[in-house]
Amino acid sequence: MHPAPSVIIFTSLSGIGFGLLFFLGLGLPAPKGWVAFVFFAIAYVLAVGGLLASTFHLGHPERFLKAFSQWRSSWLSREAWLSVAALSVMGLYGAGLVFYGVAIAPLGWVGAILSLATVYATSMIYAQLKTVPRWNTPLTTVLFMVLALAGGALLSGNINVAMMLLLAAGVVQIAYWIGGDQALARSGTTLGTATGFAQKGQVRAFEPPHTGTNYLLREFVHVVGRKHAAKLRIISLILMIGTPILMLSLTFSHVIALIAVIAHIAGVFVSRWLFFAQAEHVVGLYYGKR
Amino acid sequence: MTELPSRTNRKLGLVIDLDTCVGCHACVISCKGWNTENYGAPLSDQSAYGANPSGTFLNRVHSYEIMPESGGAAQLIHFPKSCLHCEDAPCVTVCPTGASYKRVDDGIVLVNENDCIGCGLCAWACPYGAREMDAAEGVMKKCTLCVDRIYNDNLPEEDRVPACVRTCPAGARHFGDFADPDSNVSRLSAERGGFDLMPEQGTKPVNKYLPPRPKDTMEEVDILAPLLAPIAEEPVGFMAWLDKTLEKI
Repeated sequence: MHPAPSVIIFTSLSGIGFGLLFFLGLGLPAPKGWVAFVFFAIAYVLAVGGLLASTFHLGHPERFLKAFSQWRSSWLSREAWLSVAALSVMGLYGAGLVFYGVAIAPLGWVGAILSLATVYATSMIYAQLKTVPRWNTPLTTVLFMVLALAGGALLSGNINVAMMLLLAAGVVQIAYWIGGDQALARSGTTLGTATGFAQKGQVRAFEPPHTGTNYLLREFVHVVGRKHAAKLRIISLILMIGTPILMLSLTFSHVIALIAVIAHIAGVFVSRWLFFAQAEHVVGLYYGKR
Repeated sequence: MTELPSRTNRKLGLVIDLDTCVGCHACVISCKGWNTENYGAPLSDQSAYGANPSGTFLNRVHSYEIMPESGGAAQLIHFPKSCLHCEDAPCVTVCPTGASYKRVDDGIVLVNENDCIGCGLCAWACPYGAREMDAAEGVMKKCTLCVDRIYNDNLPEEDRVPACVRTCPAGARHFGDFADPDSNVSRLSAERGGFDLMPEQGTKPVNKYLPPRPKDTMEEVDILAPLLAPIAEEPVGFMAWLDKTLEKI
């Protein structure tokens, strides 16, 4: 799949933003006044900034309101509803903390659940696609959730929880890569089933429909850059998991925390780039590519 | 609503005969022509006469080579591919706006271009590459089964079929109703073993493909050949001397 920057930024940042809102909603921590303002501002910049970035890849962003209509069948529509609901409820909860110094706990809990549900809906947009075997697994959801929670714990300053979640995220990420590398083969979809000639012999794509490229090849058949996948996986793990854990085990200071957060976000970007760049859409088979 | 109808009254679709298709791409051109001049946003081209031409097509013809496991001659199959108007169309249910829908009356899968936000998720969900985002209009384009031809009373009756079917010079494309077991397409598919593309994806395509017949094998008919012993395997006389001399040099 084409690793579009807008979608990588969206899923990475909004995931971490909603992860932070989850912990704020639980009252971990429950800051007041200006401190609360800073916490909520960071969460909203990440979550809303991510959502805005996602509109950049739309052909007609001015029609975005229509995307709220199909919540009964579409995960994308559900994500739209859940994100607005989470941001509204957490906005009220945050206003209570910032302006009145009051934590309306039940409101926070609802907001926390909605924040997590938003990340779940985001993950389901990818996990539902049978056409991309690497994504079509519950592990996609686990990966998105555990990364959002780990990022949230890191940003909210829940150091012990963050350490455990980062370790868990590392394990899930490695499992996701190992499983994903065999996903296309395990799916059973081949050029043979795509053409229906599997029983007739060895099938080879002889000639593409055209000499130039097209939307399908640009969007679904990304092969450039996959050769560095192994190196990028290690870089991602070091930034996303290793560096923050190392930083958190040192004596706390704001500089060290900032390094941990920046390294983690950079690592998530690399991981998410690989998530798209390495995903093989079955339509590539028709073009003799995966 | 982008929920799929539980059943459709008819199942309009195509039978594509891979035994007959000659790979002339006439269906590609007539499709592009009709669908650029008629219903919906035109199918745009980018840099059509430049170094890297690219454009939107609703129908494309691939070519595949089959090497039989048992040896024998390879086969070259021309393979037209367009929307299969699946019964369980994954492109429809993922649509967040309701722009994509499957018609209850005839089962055609369509896009309401005024509602499409151009998110591209339906194209992601389609295993066949049947949907293409138009780069100029920013909306999703797909085969309409020429919905503006098949019901069009202004056209002569023989033209009320999809443009690709009407234009095919080899008669490799057939249009009809698969819900009717006696229709031309149902009978053709039953007689010739019509099959689905990527059945394991669970999309239940309406369009069927007819398999290419295996190539004939030539039988050995020359009864004299075994009786004729090969002559002069080793050169003799002058040629033998020439051979030896040339080897020495």
